[in-house]
Amino acid sequence: MSLFSRAALGLGLLFLYAPIAALVVYSFNASALVTVWGGFSLKWYGILFQDGPLLAAALISLRVALASALIATLLGTLAALALGRSGRFLGRLLFTGLVYAPMVMPEVVTGLSLLLLFVGLGLDRGVGTIVIAHATLATGFVAVVVLARLRVLDQSLEEAAADLGAGPFRVLATVTLPLLAPAIAAGFLLAFTLSLDDLVVASFVSGPGATTLPMRLYSQVRLGVNPEINAASTLIVALVTVIALSASWLMARHQYR
Amino acid sequence: MTVPDHTEGEPLLRIAGLSKRFGAFAALSDVSLDLTAGEFVCLLGPSGCGKSTLLRLVAGFETPTSGTIMLGSEDLAALPPHRRPVNMMFQFYALFPHMSVGRNIAYGLKGMGMGRTAVADRVAELLRLLRLDGFEGRAPDTLSGGQRQRVALARALAREPKVLLLDEPLGALDRSLREETQGELRALQRRLGTSFVVVTHDAGEAMTMADRIAVMNQGRLVQIGDAASLYERPASRFIAGLLGDVNLIEGRIAGPAAGAIQAVETGFGRIEAATERSWGLGEAVAIGIRPERVTLVAGAAALEGRITERTYLGDRLRYRVTMADGTILRASVLSSGHALSPGDPVGVAFAPDAIAILPP
Repeated sequence: MSLFSRAALGLGLLFLYAPIAALVVYSFNASALVTVWGGFSLKWYGILFQDGPLLAAALISLRVALASALIATLLGTLAALALGRSGRFLGRLLFTGLVYAPMVMPEVVTGLSLLLLFVGLGLDRGVGTIVIAHATLATGFVAVVVLARLRVLDQSLEEAAADLGAGPFRVLATVTLPLLAPAIAAGFLLAFTLSLDDLVVASFVSGPGATTLPMRLYSQVRLGVNPEINAASTLIVALVTVIALSASWLMARHQYR
Repeated sequence: MTVPDHTEGEPLLRIAGLSKRFGAFAALSDVSLDLTAGEFVCLLGPSGCGKSTLLRLVAGFETPTSGTIMLGSEDLAALPPHRRPVNMMFQFYALFPHMSVGRNIAYGLKGMGMGRTAVADRVAELLRLLRLDGFEGRAPDTLSGGQRQRVALARALAREPKVLLLDEPLGALDRSLREETQGELRALQRRLGTSFVVVTHDAGEAMTMADRIAVMNQGRLVQIGDAASLYERPASRFIAGLLGDVNLIEGRIAGPAAGAIQAVETGFGRIEAATERSWGLGEAVAIGIRPERVTLVAGAAALEGRITERTYLGDRLRYRVTMADGTILRASVLSSGHALSPGDPVGVAFAPDAIAILPP
């Protein structure tokens, strides 16, 4: 690697990760002032774990992420199977577009339109509506990840299973799904992080008593940043990193020839 | 195309007028083929000739545009793949990578109403039959190519199909293993009495293994017969060239000689050839003669030429003989005899039954 390439890479990484690094460093700051270093301390983590409302929000976030990721994984996998294994059907192109569209849709638009829908349906806004909204957001991502694997999955494996007397359901259960499992798991983790991260859509569709962690943090920041927020954010970064690495590890493993 | 009646009793598999179109492309056109129980048939042809499509139609992975596929008195076309009593061995084996060898072989046995011990016994029997003892717990991707091929064969044979379809079963093996496996496959088929339909693009492989070879080209079945009849009496230049080296010479029918012998006028002289069909006087034809059926004689002969090249091949000598009009004939003779040298004049003779008259 040339000196220029190294420098460019270094600057790029600095640009991407310097803010996060600062956040992580200041979460261990003994001082109560965010921008003044007062020595190493874990006290903000201690305070964090005493903060009842924040912990409650974290719990809500985890529950929402789990539920919405499960729904998105189910729907996304079904969509991928329909797109990848049902041959050509009427409206296939349209369906493909419809599955992908929520991924590029501005979150404000998604949030607003979901809000209008929930109001129109007379649904009580709360944890349930956030789950539905996040599932909507993540289904397309799961579909894309699963479909990518399905496209490279040797179709003769499914034909061989059918040839050996397995009906369509048994082929799906014993051959297709097991071979897609890493991609499905990766899709689940992706959906989980998307939900965990989301502030915009959740803000639109949440109701009383349904405050997610990002919403809680955001409202606290408006009152002023304190190192406790840094600590909470650091933990979120750590969790998301672990999940993202697991997802890419799952995708890379069993790389199907 | 008429199929020579090679069968004893009712055919097991009867394919009649089968066609398959993919959009505007005719992958298969009006193919008819009968298969007797216990017969070993090879579908031979270049890639894209429709042989794999034919196999996939029988297995049920494609639906025919027209035509019927009867197994005994049962119409297969109405059945989905998993209800057809035929099994297929796939070109790249399609072994389930997430299952052990034993579970791969047992896959087809589950759902047949067999008990656990019956399944285990059958798997053990197949492992023994294909010399795979001790491999039961191994994952497919830890096996060699030859072992994978045998696992695929065991899995396809597990349900005791009446007809086994094999798509290029030896295509992924290296050359030496391939020749060894040809013999094994043939012996296995004999032992089990299962009808085999093997797709191959290798004429030598087809000739080694098959009872009958069905030659396909451009979606059509162009000739069917045993190796000798295809080799000796090909129906076209394409088939003559597919089965081995051949001299193809342009000519015209000069009229009948004695009996079923026709005289053909070529650029370097008149050649007599045995033929079963009738040809019009003056009709343009090609004659095909195998290099080993060209007889070289020293001294005066009706047809004369000159040796222009000699290649030593161990057991055989290969000559290139340039005839009076510049036509080059390839001749292959046993190398034990007297060797001719480039520049030597030579007489050329053909036995009438060694020559096939072909459409131009």
